[in-house]
Amino acid sequence: MIDLVAFIPRAVGQGIPLLYGSTGEIITQKSGNLNLGIPGVMYVGAISGVIGSFFYEQAIRNGATESGFLMIAIPMLCSLLGSLLMGLLYSFLTITLRANQNVTGLAMTTFGVGFGNFFGGSLIKLSGLDVPSIALTKTSTYFSKTIVSGDSNWFGKIFLSYGFLAYLAIVIALVASFVLKRTRVGLHLRAVGESPTTADAAGISVTKYKYVATCLGCMIAGLGGLYYIMDYACGVWSNDGFGDRGWLAIALVIFTIWRPNVSVLASILFGGLYILYLYIPTGMDHMEYKEIYKMIPYIVTLVVLVITSMRNKRENQPPASLGLSYFREER
Amino acid sequence: MDKKQAAVSLRNVTKTFGSVVANSKVNLDIYKGEILALLGENGSGKTTLMNMLSGIYFPDEGQIFINGKEEVIRSPRDAYSLGIGMVHQHFKLVDVLTAAENIILGMEGKLNLKAATAKIADICNRYGFEVDPNRKIYDMSVSEKQTVEIVKVLYRGADILILDEPTAVLTPQETEKLFNVLRNMRDDGKAIVIITHKMHEVESLSDRVAVLRRGEYVGDMITADTTAQEMTDMMVGHSVTLNIERPDPVNPKPRIEVKNLTVRNEDGIVKLDDVSFTANSGEILGIAGISGCGQKELLEAIAGLQPAEAGSISYIDDNGEHDELLGKDPLKIAAMGVTLSFVPEDRLGMGLVGNMDLTDNMMLRSFRRGKTVFTDRKAPKHLAEDVVRDLEVVTPGITTPVRRLSGGNVQKVLVGREIASAPTVLLTAYAVRGLDINSSYTIYDLINQQKKAGVAVVFVGEDLDVLLEISDKILVLCGGKVSGIVDGRTTDKNTVGMMMTRVGGGKLSD
Repeated sequence: MIDLVAFIPRAVGQGIPLLYGSTGEIITQKSGNLNLGIPGVMYVGAISGVIGSFFYEQAIRNGATESGFLMIAIPMLCSLLGSLLMGLLYSFLTITLRANQNVTGLAMTTFGVGFGNFFGGSLIKLSGLDVPSIALTKTSTYFSKTIVSGDSNWFGKIFLSYGFLAYLAIVIALVASFVLKRTRVGLHLRAVGESPTTADAAGISVTKYKYVATCLGCMIAGLGGLYYIMDYACGVWSNDGFGDRGWLAIALVIFTIWRPNVSVLASILFGGLYILYLYIPTGMDHMEYKEIYKMIPYIVTLVVLVITSMRNKRENQPPASLGLSYFREER
Repeated sequence: MDKKQAAVSLRNVTKTFGSVVANSKVNLDIYKGEILALLGENGSGKTTLMNMLSGIYFPDEGQIFINGKEEVIRSPRDAYSLGIGMVHQHFKLVDVLTAAENIILGMEGKLNLKAATAKIADICNRYGFEVDPNRKIYDMSVSEKQTVEIVKVLYRGADILILDEPTAVLTPQETEKLFNVLRNMRDDGKAIVIITHKMHEVESLSDRVAVLRRGEYVGDMITADTTAQEMTDMMVGHSVTLNIERPDPVNPKPRIEVKNLTVRNEDGIVKLDDVSFTANSGEILGIAGISGCGQKELLEAIAGLQPAEAGSISYIDDNGEHDELLGKDPLKIAAMGVTLSFVPEDRLGMGLVGNMDLTDNMMLRSFRRGKTVFTDRKAPKHLAEDVVRDLEVVTPGITTPVRRLSGGNVQKVLVGREIASAPTVLLTAYAVRGLDINSSYTIYDLINQQKKAGVAVVFVGEDLDVLLEISDKILVLCGGKVSGIVDGRTTDKNTVGMMMTRVGGGKLSD
């Protein structure tokens, strides 16, 4: 039997980056932009935070006074800035220049991963250590400060044993859901993603909504990368360490049928599925089973796609103009 | 005339798209408390002109005065704040939102659907609309969607209302309802502009007509003082005959025999119920019926696109031999040596590929010919050139993607291609939908030429006047059943209209 008290916190830890990524991508997709660059954006969000805190930690080592506020603020701002730039790049290419969204997104993923590994490698060289990774232990202690200390009861372990970024992810997802469903801004954003000509004729600035949604979405997704490094991985950056979680986040968007509030639980479910193989005894003879378990999240997504397509309910379909660029005077 | 107040005055308005001049130095006045019909052929710049008022396009030159004051309209938002609202030909509604959500879209302030719903109910009562604010758009019929569009415009307090071909998709009853609402609004002091191609609508609804020709303003007339003939001549620039010829069929022989055809659609609903008829060569068989009564399924079943539950469709060749068409796809039907041409309702969806140019679209019919892996582009290119020349297609060239052409020209390309394959059976659905009067008559002529050449024509139409003028026989469908087959020469509009609403055409009980 799986030890749930040990398993659930790990699943949550795996799920939070996915939650950031999927919330960001849902907001982006609701504006009609299919940003396949999210995996790259999450890499950039992570490495930008790492770069910021790396130099701050070096400054401390060289005698600067350690400030808890700066310990958190510097990586956060760097991460947000890095992913914002990625968002602006994507927006400029697809909204202003009306480039193909799929091509742009895939290029940005390739670029983002490469960008992360390049600067990660450079920092590893700078740090002059023998291991192929950077450890930002000081920063990490601030990011992974929990409400209760480690050895509490099961309740504390399951609900209170995470750093602030984990709770922030849930808050952002719930707020995003509320805004999308209940406010005028959300209504306008959905209209832009469903039918930009309609939104435009109704006096909504399509370009503005697309830009803001895409950039905001990227910034939220970037925080997922930062959380993974600073909290889950205890401040250790190693190249390609973030893996394919970005794609999983995009799969989650479909799985949750574009609902950030559903994503709160779904991301934890996916996080759990992602590491399930560690908790199922397979023995050393059958390592291949582990790889099969790793496929589960993607298979679940495919099943959800089949089910939602078969039920064919209009509300559960992707935004109608997803992936299309908009030009008012198109004839 | 002097006491009328101009709500909108356009002065020397010019708009170009690349090298195409859509509007050139247009001067037009729109008055309060008046319904103005804007006439013009396809591509004469009516919609472009109105789009400049509604803020979709921005004029290159010229001035726009609203209530006597010069204004610059940069966006739809500006237009709304000036009280201009437009109901577009292609509805601008978000399918997955409710009517109320669509109506308040783009407005500022806190989201309060309850208050909005109350205000919508108020507007509906005032003008006699029926709208359920909480219904989703995708659940609505075309006329309901249109009502939502009009309520949307009124909700924002528009007093200058522009409607672009509002009746193209409405039944006669729905059209009459709409016209009553528009008359109410006119009496309420609103300025109304309606773009339409249907002359009898212009005559029954409008107070004044203004005519555009090739982007230029030709003139205006008081509707009561003019005739359809005069308006058409003004639109086209030369005299046109408004009569459709109907030559007597020469040597008609049965060509398509449909027996007891029953078709269910994907949702299991019976769309055709025990339909039997014969289409003769050299005759035009008109199909009348309220939209959605099985016309589409009938044509698609003959063309090999729609599986049937029961019945048979036989093709009878010149020697009297019967071939079953049912259960065969278009390729197999062609392989049997049956040349069947289909001009579907959805031109850019089923008939042509919007992003491909004229030559490539011509190739859709011929690319399988030839012996090598390479396609033959020469013949289709010549065909495209012939079609452009013979049917007077207005296009920058044969390498232009067809979606850039106006509706009438798209239809000419499609009909031109279908006719070029020298068919023995021609199926057309709403061949002139959205086409101006001149293009419509070109299409009628083409169909008549085919008839004279001995083709069996099946003509699905929505305009009863036209159906009665062009068809030799009229098959009336009602809810998927054959309501009756009448002779086009002896029947009248009333009889057919009655048959459309009731099988057999008996008097309605109420």
